[in-house]
Amino acid sequence: MNAIKEALKNVSDLWSLMVGLKVTGRYFREPQRTVRYPWKALSNTDTYKGHLELVGGMKDPFKPRCISCGMCALACPSNCLTVVKRKAPKPTPEEEKALAEAKERGEKPKDKTPKDPEKFIYDFSLCSLCGTCMENCPAGALQFSGNIYMAGYSRNDFLFDLVVKMRESEAASPAEPAAAPAATSEA
Amino acid sequence: MLQNAYPDQIAGDFYTENFAKKAAEGSLILNLGPQHPSTHGVLRVVVELDGEYILRAEPVLGYLHRMHEKMAEVKTAAQFIPNMGRVDYGQALGWNWAFVGAVEKLGGIEVPERAEYVRVITSELNRIASHLLWWGAYLLDLGAFTPIMYAFDDREKILDILQIPTGSRLTYSYFRIGGVASDLNEDCVRRIREFIPWMRSRLPMYKDLVSDNIILRKRIEGIGVIEPDVCQRYGATGPVARGSGIACDLRKTEDYSVFRKLDFIAPTSELKDARGRYDVRMIEMEQSLNIIEQCLDMMPEGEVLVKGAPKPSWKAPKGESYFAVEGARGKIGVHLVSDGGKNLYRCKLRAPGYCNLSLFAEVSQGTILADAVAILGSLDLIIPEIDR
Amino acid sequence: MPAEFIRILIGLVAVAVSVGLIGLVMVWVERKVAGHIQRRPGPYEVGPNGVLQPLADALKLVGKQLFMPDGADPILYWLAPVLSFIPVLLLFLPLPVGDGLMALDINLGLLLILAFAGLTVLSLLLGGWASNTKYCLLGAARAVAQSVAYEIPLLLSVLAVSFVAGSLNLAEVVKGQGTWPWNWNIMTQPLAFLIYIVSALGETNRAPFDLPEAESELTAGFHTEYSGMGFGLFFLAEYANMVVVCSVATALFLGGWQGPVLPGPVWFVLKVSLLMLLMVFFRWTYPRVRFDQLLTINWKWLMPLAVLNLLATSFFVKLAQFTEVRW
Repeated sequence: MNAIKEALKNVSDLWSLMVGLKVTGRYFREPQRTVRYPWKALSNTDTYKGHLELVGGMKDPFKPRCISCGMCALACPSNCLTVVKRKAPKPTPEEEKALAEAKERGEKPKDKTPKDPEKFIYDFSLCSLCGTCMENCPAGALQFSGNIYMAGYSRNDFLFDLVVKMRESEAASPAEPAAAPAATSEA
Repeated sequence: MLQNAYPDQIAGDFYTENFAKKAAEGSLILNLGPQHPSTHGVLRVVVELDGEYILRAEPVLGYLHRMHEKMAEVKTAAQFIPNMGRVDYGQALGWNWAFVGAVEKLGGIEVPERAEYVRVITSELNRIASHLLWWGAYLLDLGAFTPIMYAFDDREKILDILQIPTGSRLTYSYFRIGGVASDLNEDCVRRIREFIPWMRSRLPMYKDLVSDNIILRKRIEGIGVIEPDVCQRYGATGPVARGSGIACDLRKTEDYSVFRKLDFIAPTSELKDARGRYDVRMIEMEQSLNIIEQCLDMMPEGEVLVKGAPKPSWKAPKGESYFAVEGARGKIGVHLVSDGGKNLYRCKLRAPGYCNLSLFAEVSQGTILADAVAILGSLDLIIPEIDR
Repeated sequence: MPAEFIRILIGLVAVAVSVGLIGLVMVWVERKVAGHIQRRPGPYEVGPNGVLQPLADALKLVGKQLFMPDGADPILYWLAPVLSFIPVLLLFLPLPVGDGLMALDINLGLLLILAFAGLTVLSLLLGGWASNTKYCLLGAARAVAQSVAYEIPLLLSVLAVSFVAGSLNLAEVVKGQGTWPWNWNIMTQPLAFLIYIVSALGETNRAPFDLPEAESELTAGFHTEYSGMGFGLFFLAEYANMVVVCSVATALFLGGWQGPVLPGPVWFVLKVSLLMLLMVFFRWTYPRVRFDQLLTINWKWLMPLAVLNLLATSFFVKLAQFTEVRW
């Protein structure tokens, strides 16, 4: 008796196969979820991080806020940042005379070297996009660019100098702010 | 039987030779992997077959060893967090939490309440994503090609949601010592609230298409029976142990973070086979949705990073600490030893998959080769966390 | 030259052309249907809507390097794909596409089809053995056991229909059915239809019975080591086999070329396409059946049911003959 019951149960379980067909049949008619990428734009890309870039100041948006303290390079887990400070400029003859006078009076000379870095070398192929550098910067000089289209032909394309990149974006933006929008430089 | 092109050499490498020493007469030694069509990762299992029956099976690990524990010895505590996102890409936030929790315990750092809730919400979303990946990949192993596509559709939504606070889609380094890196903004909360009913409406469809399907039921019922004492001997945790009836969910037994305020079920199953583990994970997905809903309602306002959170030059105080969380695959543990210096002295990572996989040698004896694949899939292995 | 010979020759040429075309169309249909079930587009780049994709695939396969694994037997290794493909052309000959439109009108049409369908088993075995690889051998052993097992219910269910029609000639069987669905053999032999469909899925190694090609267990079973055109021939042979079993099903159960308004060949093609679409849907919906369960289904369910069906059919046919004589 049990064998017959089991046999009948096996047959009745076959109904689940029809239910499965109904589900796939329903999805067959529903619209597709694929976004045909190069011809249509993606909708979820504005929160992605992308590579780092330097942030400009309030007065001059293309002069980095960075004060070359090196906290970011210290904090980075992957050792991908190198900050090269500017050397003090050679003083003019009047300044030399003023310096000598100040030294005679016993005053400490003011350091007139500009604080922003000469070079800010960033190796994107080592970066793990953790954001630690950004969080530990006292000047708020780093941000993620959101550039998802970064592509190159060799590994050296990803070793770039962020100061140079900022200058490139300055050159690419127009003189009038009301003209065409400034294009952030893309490789 | 088969022609051997080089008869004077023993076929295979060191592992196969060692394995072949104790081979029975007339058995066939086969390598499953390390290049697997199944998406477990780089796992190699050397099996000895007698026809279709497995006499012995031995997993060979180490193909994906990346020396995370060694890297911990040359990094400071804050610098190690991105590593933890890459140990297990399925539950990156779970591993983040385990490490950050261990450091906070060592340093005696309090975490603000809002940060705890954010941690729970993001971790549970990650758990759902991990279980969806497991589900799709398991069915792909068993030969059904469509459920993985439906599962990844849902996973895309979760990844989009998690992209808003963290900026990443898979390997998150979102938690910080003393909280999380950024808050959930309004857009994120709104999207989570939209996601929960949508996911709830998808689960019955999964049941119709897959869980009730007679072919699937015949494939996984009665397969891979793991007795509770086997689980205890090998230290298996997570859905593997809960599928055998052991109630060992750390969210209930250890009550860490804000879980004591939340009302949810940690399911166990009395069927000790692959069907039990399958059911446990499907119910866990539903319960995670409940947890997220409750957290969104109960979350207080405030900061997400404690004031005076450690700076990069922070040195962990001398001592040891251990912190464990309940990940999607089991108990994720981090044991930290610090000697007061700049770098961590030793960081031991306890991966749940390692103990779950070690069951396999014993459980697979006497089963058919096709069942071995079903058992491996039901253990939910991700090899990067096993090899670390 | 006798007219028969010319007719067969024209038939063979038509079959060869149509098998090639069918292969191309079926590849496209399968990938598009799979895509739409999974809510993605399938091929859409090559040609409008991806129509030229199978052509691109065929060109790619033809252009690949043909190589053999170390220690394989060259004659058997290259014989296997050829042997799987050539007999399929023969199987198309007795099929009635329209009224009187068949290449070979012989009394033993069904027997011819069933006999030559057995040659595919040989090609599976050769392919697996000649590759000198453990995976291939295991896959070939499974494939042979499966094919041989599923031939029996196939044969028995087909026999039941030919008992009712009184002939093994496919044209006769089709003529014996009427124009409308309630006159078709599916109404009188529903169990035989179900058994036939399941056995056909098992014979052609299609999902859910596609264990010999199980990708996640044994890489690709008996055709792991084939690349380029060797693999292409196996692939084409599988689709051609599918078309043959669907055509036999329409001729036996669904009324062949009979239908209300449209001409015969159009109805035939429509019905065959419907059955093929059903087989494609089965592949993308269900998981794979385990090997011993596959054999269990065959020996414990399909064969006894087919035997019972045959006994019942023969009883009723004899009864009808007896009562006719009496009248």
